[in-house]
Order: sequence, then structure tokens, then C-alpha cells
Amino acid sequence: MTSVMGNPDATGRFGEFGGRFVPESLMPAVIELDSAFREAWSDPLFRAEYTATLENYAGRPTRLYLAERLSEYLGAEIWLKREDLAHTGSHKINNVIGQALLARRMGKSRLIAETGAGQHGVATATAAALFGLEAKVYMGEVDVARQSLNVFRMRLLGAEVEAVTSGSRTLKDAVNEAMRSWVAALGDTHYCIGSVMGPHPYPWMVREFQRVIGDEARSQYEAATGSTPDWVVACVGGGSNAAGTFAGFVDTPARLVGVEPAGGAAVGHGIGGIVHGMQSFFLQDEFGQINEAASISAGLDYPGVGPEHAHLHAIGRARYDQVNDDQVLEAVQLLARTEGIVCALESAHAIAWLVEHKQELLSSSIVVTLSGRGDKDVETIAQRLGFLEGEEHA
Amino acid sequence: MLEKSLQQLRKSGRRILVPYVMAGSDPDWLSLVDLVIESGADAVEIGIPFSDPSMDGPVIQRAGELALARGVTPFSVLSELRTRSFSVPIVVMTYYNLFHHMGIERAVTELRQAGVDGVIIPDLPLEEGANWRAMAKSQGLETVQLVSPVTSLERVDEILAVAEGFVYGVGSMSVTGERAELAETATAIATRIRPRTTLPLLIGIGISNGDQAAAVVEAGADGVVVGSALLRRVLEGQTPSELSYFVSEIRAALDEA
Repeated sequence: MTSVMGNPDATGRFGEFGGRFVPESLMPAVIELDSAFREAWSDPLFRAEYTATLENYAGRPTRLYLAERLSEYLGAEIWLKREDLAHTGSHKINNVIGQALLARRMGKSRLIAETGAGQHGVATATAAALFGLEAKVYMGEVDVARQSLNVFRMRLLGAEVEAVTSGSRTLKDAVNEAMRSWVAALGDTHYCIGSVMGPHPYPWMVREFQRVIGDEARSQYEAATGSTPDWVVACVGGGSNAAGTFAGFVDTPARLVGVEPAGGAAVGHGIGGIVHGMQSFFLQDEFGQINEAASISAGLDYPGVGPEHAHLHAIGRARYDQVNDDQVLEAVQLLARTEGIVCALESAHAIAWLVEHKQELLSSSIVVTLSGRGDKDVETIAQRLGFLEGEEHA
Repeated sequence: MLEKSLQQLRKSGRRILVPYVMAGSDPDWLSLVDLVIESGADAVEIGIPFSDPSMDGPVIQRAGELALARGVTPFSVLSELRTRSFSVPIVVMTYYNLFHHMGIERAVTELRQAGVDGVIIPDLPLEEGANWRAMAKSQGLETVQLVSPVTSLERVDEILAVAEGFVYGVGSMSVTGERAELAETATAIATRIRPRTTLPLLIGIGISNGDQAAAVVEAGADGVVVGSALLRRVLEGQTPSELSYFVSEIRAALDEA
């Protein structure tokens, strides 16, 4: 590491975290991907096409919006980075546009991806359609059942969706299955990982494809105020929107806060481990078997966290706190009623943190990344609040 | 012990058969270890179940899930092994997190105390394994290295330079599982690696029957690892005599090759 959130060395380490723990059959592929990304990311033509696609297709830059009524309620100045307004409704599009362009540059004709709630799967299916690539998305059987609308969206976009029936049949098993299938299809297939996780170069590459969030927010904030914010806050599952946001502010005095779900807090409750190609924090039992995460937001239901977050935590550059499902439900309603924005349950974790820490934040200025919109979660929210008949989502 | 034992077999002209057994998938799994030894195994690979077996196909996943559902842990497996001794070397296969979680010094000590001679850790590649290898070596535990059909020759030589026990040639670009037809890569990797090492060279992943085993030794390998083809029969509830017949058939095919 040359600097905090700089480029990692050839082994892909962030302090003691990260690395490249993959079977020998995958090693040549991740090594090839590392050099392809390094080359592409330093090529102005690649950068220009990535940027132009984000602008013309995905609707960037997204707005940095001063949420006045929420600010009044909290007694602080709250600026929302509106990733919910990006095409497909979340920040996931930034990463998949980058990886799809890279896949095409590497001569790959097919994308595979894992998905939990379906947001990354939908984004991957979207990018595949845009660039004329095939797409196959692996999704735990449990998630297929509880996110049926997103499954249909992916199919509508021309992607194949495979329900994963192994293990706990959720996101972590979808990652395993995507890796298994990648081994057998290296020639024509790029594995489009959806967060800042997995073997090097993924944690770094995905952060770089998401840093547009933080870079935009920083210059938008500076243009509006002539300064930098006191706090920068984002939700963390694997941690891609937080990593992208933090990257824009890590060299400012801003305090960085990642908000984890209490039921899936790999930084908060996890211990050091090596799974899914990386050394990081994971929820585990006393023997090192990986536990499932459980929160109201399927997008944060991942038992691990990106290795760079583990490092930012270890060196004290970012703070990681937790909020529970009830706080998240309150936060969704608060934002809806004060600002007319129905955000994703994932993003509501960041809002819930503001509420919990209201006293600490009084009179300060805060940039909050609103990672996605809440349309996908309306049914879950309604059930939890008792507006719909039916079983509660676990 | 592992390497020495397999080298002796190799020098005597015997082809090497290493069946894979998932520890704890059945309460009586140690009998299966005995059965494969009686049926002609030269070493036994014993899997310790892990929650996220990213290199394994459906059969070994299922066997691991059964074991985990029975409450099997790394320590329960090792304490069962401690109660027994076997006439052939024992090689443990599992994923790195279980050893990382124990702490590598403790893991190596526990493995050695359980009579384990070697380990196969598929998600611990060359670059990440230096600390593990040093600790294992200091206690006489041999760490088997894998080479794959897409590993460059330059990289093959780097891997061979640290290899111990035997060289595990990945026969198929896939996760573990049976194949109706032997992958072309299975014979190709045997031919490709053979001139580069004097270590025993075994091919695994996608070796499902005697004919396939014979084909890879004819291409230059010293033997085979057979996992899913055996475990599928175990999961189907085949009788000990049926399982013994299956292993003996591969034994015979290797002996005749």
C-alpha cells in the first residue's frame, strides 16, 4: 500500500487483509484480470468510455441534495448523495458498467454474477444487455423466493437466473456457486463480482469503479459550501457504496462511518477469516464455519465484509457502527415523510445511524450516501409494519 | 511419511490409488476408510467438512452438508482419527479457514497428533501459503500442491519447487465431480507435468472409473485420486461389498495399465 485507499501492491493486501486465496485453476484468471484492469484503468480511452457511459446511460453525476427538512429534524446539515437516482435504482450500475467494459476489452462474451437481493443481478443483466453480452446470475434459492420481482426483472433483461440450492441457499452460497461455474468457463466468461470483496483485484477494482460516488460528492460539496464535510456516512454489507464514497474523502479531515446491520455485522461481530478468496472479517462459529447473516435488508445479508473496510477499521481511519431492523424501519419512514424519498432498506441503515447519533452530530455537516431506492422493499416494509397480510420476512 | 511411502510404491512400479472419504458424513465413516484400504488404497484422502466448499461439486458438497448437520467439527474428526492407526498414509483435505481459525501452529500440531501425514488445501495457493508451509514442514506435515491445466509452465516450476508429498494434477477445469468421458486435460496435464518433477504425480478431479484411471497413468501419472465417484455410491447407500468392488476395479485397472 502506498497510501490509505491508494493502489494495493501486486498481492492485493490492505494491511493484513485482502490477498488472493483461490484454487490454482482460478489463479491465472485473477492474475490476468489484475493486469487487464491495471492497464485499462490507466488508459484514458477506457476511462473516457466508462465516464461517458455513466453520464449518458446511467444518469451521472447523481445529485448531492441538501435535505433541509431532515436537517432541521436532526439539527445537523444533511447532504444526500442520490445513488437511488442512478439507472437501475442503485449504485451497483457504476461497478457493472466498469466490469462489462473491461470484460469486453478482455474479449469475454459472457458475464456471471452472484446476487442477494437482486440489485447487483439486475445491474449485471442490464450491462450485459447494453453491451450485447450473455449473462447468468446465481442467486440463493431462499432469495429467489423472497425477491421474485427482481428475478423476473433479470429474465426480462435477457439474463439466465440459477437458483442455488447448496449450503444456506443465500448470498454466500451464490458466491460459491458463481466461483464454481467460473472455473469451468474461464475462456469466454468474466465473473462480475458485485461488491468490494473476493480475491485481488476485485476489492480494489470494484472500489475504483465505485469511487465516482465519493469523487462527485466531494466536488459537489466543495462547489456548494467551499469546504469539506465533518462526517461521511454509508451503509456496509460487502461495502461497495461505502468504499466508493470513502475513497473521495479519505484524504480530508472528514470522519468516515460505515453502518452495518446488527444481524450481519462482520466488522462489529465477525472475526478474522479467509473465505471467498479474501482475508477479512466474517461471522463464524467457534470452529471457523461461516454463519449466515440475518437482517431486514437482503442486500446487506453477507457474513463477510470487504478487506479494505477491515483495514480501515484496523487502522482507525473509519468507524463501523451497527443499527437494528427496527431502527431501519423507523428511518425509512422518517426519510419518506421529511423528504419524500423512499430509500432502500440498505441505505436506511445510514439514516438510522444519524438518528441514533443525533446528539453527537448536532450542528455538524454530513454527507450520507443513499445507495439505492426503496421500490424493491416496499412489500417487505409493508409487511413489517403490518400493512399487508402475510408472513413476515425473516 | 507420505512422500516417502508413495515414492517407494512408485519405484516398485505400483500405481497409486488415493480414494477420498468425507469425514463424518456417516457415523461409520472410519469403516469406509478401512474398506478402501482393504480394497487397494495406497493412501486415503479425508475431507473435513467446511460450510463453503467452493472447489467442490454437488456430491462432495452433499457429503459435507450431511457431516455438518451431524455436528461434525474439525476437532471431532481429528479426535476420531487419533483413536486409530492405519497401514497407509492419511492426507487431510479441507479449506484454509478452518486451519486459520485454529491458528496454524495449533492446526499443524493437532493434525500431526491425529496421525495425519499430509494436507491438501485447495484455496491456499503458492503465494499465500509460505507461513503455513513453513509451520507444517517444521512438524513433518507435508503440504500437497495443486497444478491446474491452465497453470503456465513457469508457474508450474515455482509450485513444484515447494511441493511435498505428491503433486496433485487437476484433471478437469471444473469443481470436483464425476465425468462420463475423461477430460482431455486429464491426460494432457499428466504428460505436461511428468518430465518436470520426480515427485509422485497423481491426477484428481473428474476421474470416475478404472478406464479413466488407466488412461491418466498411461499418459505419465503415477496414480489417481478418486472422490465423487466413490462418495456418490456411499450417499446412494451402496453396500460395503459394492463399494469394495468399485475400489477394487480401479485398483485392478491401475495394476493392469
